[in-house]
Formats: sequence, structure tokens, C-alpha cells
Amino acid sequence: MVLQTSLKNCLQLSCIFRTPKAGFRSTTSGGLIIQSVSNDVYENLAVEDWIHDHMNLENQQVLFLWRNSPAVVIGRHQNPWQECNLRLLRQKNIKLARRRSGGGTVYHDLGNINLTFFTNRKKYERTENLKLVVKALKALRPRLDVHVTDRYDILLDRQYKISGTAAKLGRTTAYHHCTLLCNADKLVLSSILKSPYKGLKSNATPSVPASVKNLFEEDPSLTCEMLLDAIAEQYATQHQIDHRITLINPADEVLLPGISNRVKELQNWEWVYGKTPKFSVSTCLHMVYKDSVLEVKVDMDIKHGRIEVCNIGLPEQWLPPALCSELVKSLTGSKFCPNETITLLRVFPQDDELHSRWNLLCENMMMLM
Amino acid sequence: VCIHRVRSCSSIGLVKSKYVCLFDKAAFKFSHQQRLFRTSAVSCGQIVQFKLSDIGEGITEVTVKEWYIKEGDSVSQFDSICEVQSDKASVTITSRYDGIIRKLHYNLDDIAYVGKPLVDIEIDASKGTVKEDVVETPPMSHEEHTHQEIKGHKTLATPAVRRLAMENNIKLSEVVGTGKDNRILKEDILNYLAKQTGAILPPSPKAEIMPPLPKSIPAAPKDKARKIPVPVSRPIVFSGKDKTEPVTGFHKAMVKTMSAALKIPHFGYCDEIDLTQLVQLREELKPVAQIRGIKLSFMPFFIKAASLGLLQYPVLNASLDESCQNVTYKASHNIGVAMDTEQGLIVPNVKNVQVCSVFEIAAELNRLQSLGSAGQLGTNDLTGGTFTLSNIGTIGGTYAKPVILPPEVAIGALGKIQVLPRFNEKGEVCKAQIMNVSWSADHRIIDGATMARFSNLWKSYLENPASMLLDLK
Repeated sequence: MVLQTSLKNCLQLSCIFRTPKAGFRSTTSGGLIIQSVSNDVYENLAVEDWIHDHMNLENQQVLFLWRNSPAVVIGRHQNPWQECNLRLLRQKNIKLARRRSGGGTVYHDLGNINLTFFTNRKKYERTENLKLVVKALKALRPRLDVHVTDRYDILLDRQYKISGTAAKLGRTTAYHHCTLLCNADKLVLSSILKSPYKGLKSNATPSVPASVKNLFEEDPSLTCEMLLDAIAEQYATQHQIDHRITLINPADEVLLPGISNRVKELQNWEWVYGKTPKFSVSTCLHMVYKDSVLEVKVDMDIKHGRIEVCNIGLPEQWLPPALCSELVKSLTGSKFCPNETITLLRVFPQDDELHSRWNLLCENMMMLM
Repeated sequence: VCIHRVRSCSSIGLVKSKYVCLFDKAAFKFSHQQRLFRTSAVSCGQIVQFKLSDIGEGITEVTVKEWYIKEGDSVSQFDSICEVQSDKASVTITSRYDGIIRKLHYNLDDIAYVGKPLVDIEIDASKGTVKEDVVETPPMSHEEHTHQEIKGHKTLATPAVRRLAMENNIKLSEVVGTGKDNRILKEDILNYLAKQTGAILPPSPKAEIMPPLPKSIPAAPKDKARKIPVPVSRPIVFSGKDKTEPVTGFHKAMVKTMSAALKIPHFGYCDEIDLTQLVQLREELKPVAQIRGIKLSFMPFFIKAASLGLLQYPVLNASLDESCQNVTYKASHNIGVAMDTEQGLIVPNVKNVQVCSVFEIAAELNRLQSLGSAGQLGTNDLTGGTFTLSNIGTIGGTYAKPVILPPEVAIGALGKIQVLPRFNEKGEVCKAQIMNVSWSADHRIIDGATMARFSNLWKSYLENPASMLLDLK
């Protein structure tokens, strides 16, 4: 209760107001529209968490608007190795986040807007929210052919997905969030969401790939700001509240007590990778060594993001058995992550030949991660 | 007799009426074995089937994705029980009751149905009202029963006191009760805790204790006399626990390396270097390097000087085989630089320093540093080192005792550069930029004299950078 008051106090005191269209009438307790000033995916997801856990939504609903710098966001029960190209992700310094809601994997950048509809548990209604978005888009550009599907996607021209949905339900509150593609980088999107990893077997929720299109391609005069404004206006009208968007800063510990801990939790390897449901990797390495190609069968079981069981089928005597078992022993219990594996490279083989074989094997193993 | 007791207990649990079982003193060996055993319908555990409630939107089935509890765990109302997923929605199911989980009806990835049982919960025995004050500690395992008899303790306590004990992981059997019939009071728990942690506790607030013990008022002054007079403050309860986790990844690798290093007989040699001239030289060269896009630190100079030294004393760039039969003098000077990253110690090396210029070394260091901090160093960068320098001085310290990284035979640790007073040739006190170096070497093939001479040579290059020009290759 104290926390709700502090957010309410903020509204009256120090927050910055955007486009006060209806004058300075005091906000009724019907709804609230807030927008994040941060583009950090972890900070914004932490805000969602905070609101879900702390705000009393018995008599009010909240619309949260946010955008992120390049990031891949996977669903609560998904497998990042299955969903995206982690190698490319690391190379391009794109962040990886796991959200707390279900659903599939999406790519965010500043050309994509995110909308979160917070309600109490009873008022949880995804179709209504999406219809609101469609109404807002049509109000902005009446000729846009957009509609909501029964899978809670929004399609453009009956063909292209411009919005995906996910939801989180708690004991008393719930939220439904969705993306909206305005002007995102489609090239990066398609390359990053394609997994190069073979031989993965898992019960994690798989994503359903879809052809996407930016609204910008349909109408180059559209910008993210215009879309945000249109949706906020529609929300304000529907909930009979002021079209007033309150800016919030996810780094504000006073306004959102405990937020920095939530951000840390979301950034933690244990959450992002460690929460992956148990899966197995069964594949074949093709190692090019001198003039031949070696086929090495690899089988691993990975639980909590760590290698639980590891079997590497090397040709006889290619590496001394002691060294092989050394590698398997080191890998077992380690994180399924190239940064961890690389530390295992420090061994003391006797000669260069052995050393280069060892390096080759380690490098190939790292390619699986 | 104990078995008889347990059987009675279970039969009580299934029937809803009240039972009072008084066990005869004579039945036991020890005299103070009287245990007041009054139970209510709820005491021995009524199993309730907690059904999966309506998710909304007409959903009838969900997939169980994660259990937050397991059978035998105790839960409180509103604790999270599991996470289920339905059609892009992830739902956290929370408990409606306080109690102990007795059965999970589904495994991971099973389909669960709305309206059907999700878990069985045994309702908490301490749900009795305040009137029903004297509640026996819940039926425990056979051994604990026996244990309690031997100790001769009656563990009588109100529900509030029992909860306090449970929250602080205290066995009621270990607390001395000072109330009526050796009843355990809240103050007893707090005193017990104080003894554990040495904390100062407030005098007990009266509210919770008063109603059940109207008769103990005359006893109060006596109780008060026993308490330590303390200022009013919040009880400091330390609930920290030790944390054990397996050694993996970086730490595992370090364990391996350092265990191998232990086999090497180390000896140390330390010295002090006057870097006044080098500091000045670097100041002049920094902007030149900046124009070329490279950040110039002191390390490239240290590394190049080391390589020049190794040309004169190649045994320091060698490797001893496992059986100590052969020494291999390595042709390339691949000088490793210890780096502190988020995950731990990592040692990439600059290859072939013997043919690199100071600028080239600086460029390479920049590359390794940025890859290192991004966690993207390759296998080539991390293997093949022949000699290592560790600049611990960037963090702090003067002298150190570095550990040789096998299969190398020597390592140097550089302390921080300090401005200290020194005497110059004229005998005057002047400001000098002093850095300490600590070498460790493998005494099986390197002797003190060699290390000392190498160090002197390295020192002379750095104290008088112009002299490096004479020997630069």
C-alpha cells in the first residue's frame, strides 16, 4: 500500500507530464498510462515485475509503454539455444532476456514498441486489449488492413504479423503485453531468430515462426511516437481518463523500491540460461584435421543450463584416454557456455601435435554452445 | 509403547472429534515423561486436495512447467506452488492453505485440468485458536519422539510461539521453557536466539503471551529479574545460512592449474624499479599512439623489455617436461598478460613479442583487452604462452608472490607505481616514480643468479628507456 502511494505521490509532485490534452483535471482512479524513459530491456522487464507485484489494481488499470535497444526476448519456458543464434548475438552485442510471461521469442529494437496492459485477475482480457490497438491504428490510418487473429496476433494485410502477444497471471493481478513492429531491422530480426544449433531435443515451448512486416513499409509517414500517442489516446478514451502519459525512470529506487534487485535478477545467467528446461544435444562434430575430416559423436544432457552428462566419441587413440576423460570431467557440471569452456583449454600436453588436437576439439565443442 | 503411541496418533488424525490422551508415568523409564496430548480435528493433519482454479478466458487445460515445491515441503498461504502455461500465458499458482505438501498430482510437462486436484496439502496443526492453547508439537518421526523422551522435555507452546521457533529454525526441544508446566514462552525463544547470536533483545512485549497465562502474573517479577535489562531495540535475528555450491567453470580450471603449479619448487626475487624516465616517455608517446587509435599503457614497455631480457636468458622462456628429463627452449616469446574479468582470472598472451614493436604490442593488448572483457577470447589467444607478467599494481599492492603457470617456468608480478622520495647522484632528495617487481621461477632449472641478472637487465631497460634502442630487434 505504501508503494502504491509513492507512485501516486509521484504523479502529483515530480513527474513530467506529456501532452496534457485535457487540462489539469486530477486523474480519476480508472487508469494510468506510463512510459519508460529507459531503453534497457532488463530495466523495463523489471518495471513490469514491480507493477505486477506491488500495485493495487483493484480499481485501476495501467498501460505501460516501452521500447528497447536491440535485444532478443525469450518466453518464460523457452530454450535460448533452440530459439536464436547465440553466436551472432554475442558477436553483435545484442542482449538476451527471458521474460516472466509465456509465449515465443521476439526481437526488439527501437523500431518496435511494447505495450503492457495491467489489470486485476478478473479483468484479464487479451482480445479486448488487442482490439484497442487495432482501433487506435485505424483511427490513425483508416485504410490500414489490420485485424486480430485467434492466436492473439495482429496481422497486416491478412498476411504479415506485426504484433505478438504474451501474458502473465498471478494471484490477484495479471498482465498482457504485446509488440508492435513499426520500423524494426528485419534483416537482423530474421538472422538472429534462426538457431544454428543442431540435434537439440527439448520440451521447451517452441516459437511459431511467422512472416513479419513493419508498419513503416506500409506507410512511411508512420513513426513509433505516433503509434504510441495513438494507442495512449485510445486507451484514455476507453477508460475515460486523461490522455496524460507519466514518464517513469526504472533506475528510480525511491519510486520503485527494490527495482535494482529485480533488474539484477533478470540479468543473472541463472535466470536467462539456467532456467532453460532440461534438454539434450545429440550431434556430430566434423573436425577438419590435416588432410582428413573426423566425425565425432557428441551427446550431452543439459539441466539448469549446466552439462549434466557428456559423452564424446573420439576415434581411438586420437587423443590419449587420460586427456579425453579429463575433458569430459571438466565439462560435466560446467555451464553450457563458451566462456566457461574456454577456461578448460589450459592443459599441459606434452607436444604441439597433441596441443593442436586438443585445441581443435575444444573449439568445436564451443561451437555447440 | 512408542509404537502404540504412533498408531494412536494416526488414528486420531482421521477422525474429527477431540481426543485427550494422557500417558501413564509408569509406562516410561524416566520420571518426567508426561506429555499432554490434546488434539483437534486439524492437528494430526487433514489432507486437503487443492484443485487448479479457473484460469480465465474459458481455458480448461494447462501444461505444468515448473514446480516450486516438492513433496514434504511446508507452504504458507500465498506461497507459489507451480508455474503453468496455457497458450502464451504463464500462470503462477499460489497456495490457499498453510500446510505441508503431501502429493503432487502432475509431473513436469504434464497437462493439468482446471477443477481437478493439483496438489494434496496437509493442513497445518497449529491452526487451532488461542483458546486451544496447549498444542503438542506436531507428530514427528519415531527417533525424535524417543529423543524427546530421553531429554525429558515437554514441549508445550502456543501457536504463535511455535511459529516464531519455526521461522528461526529452532527445535523446541532445545529451548528451556520458563512458563507454567515448563511451557515455552516467546521470551524463551528470544533468549535462546540471543545466546546463539549474542544479540541484544528487548524485554518481551506482553501482548501475545498474556491471554493464555493469566496465572503467571505473580511469577512475572521473578521472570523479570532473570532478564538482562536492555534498551528497547529490534531483536537482531541472524538467519543467514552457509551456502555450498559445486566448483565449476573458471574456478575448476583454476583449481587444476594451481594444483599443477604446486608441484613446481618456486623461488622468489624482488626488486624496485625507478620508472621516472619511462613515465615521462609514455606521456610523450601517448598522444602519438592515440592518433593511431591505440591506447598506450606501461605494459607494452614491460613486455618488450622482458622479451629483450629473454633473448639473453632464454632459460626463462623454457619448458620442463613432466619427467624433468628435458628442457625445451621455446623460440617464440609468447608473453601472457594476466587479466581480471567478471568471471575470474584469464591469461591471454601476445604472440612473438621478439619480433613486435612496442606499438604493435600495445595494439595487440588493446585487442585482447576488449575481447577479454566481452568474454570472446579465442583458443589461440589463450594457449601457447611461454612467460607471464601480472600487473596486479593496477588494482593495488607492492610486492607479491606470483604462482607460475605451467608449463612455463617464470612469472613476474608488477606492483603499483608510487611517487617516493629517493636520492639522486648528487645526494639530493628527489621525487621518483617507483614500482616493485616480484619474480617467481622454477628452481629446478633456474637459479637465483640467472633470475637476478635477468631482472637487472629488464630493470635497466626500463629505468633508461633509451638503452632499449641499442638492443631493439
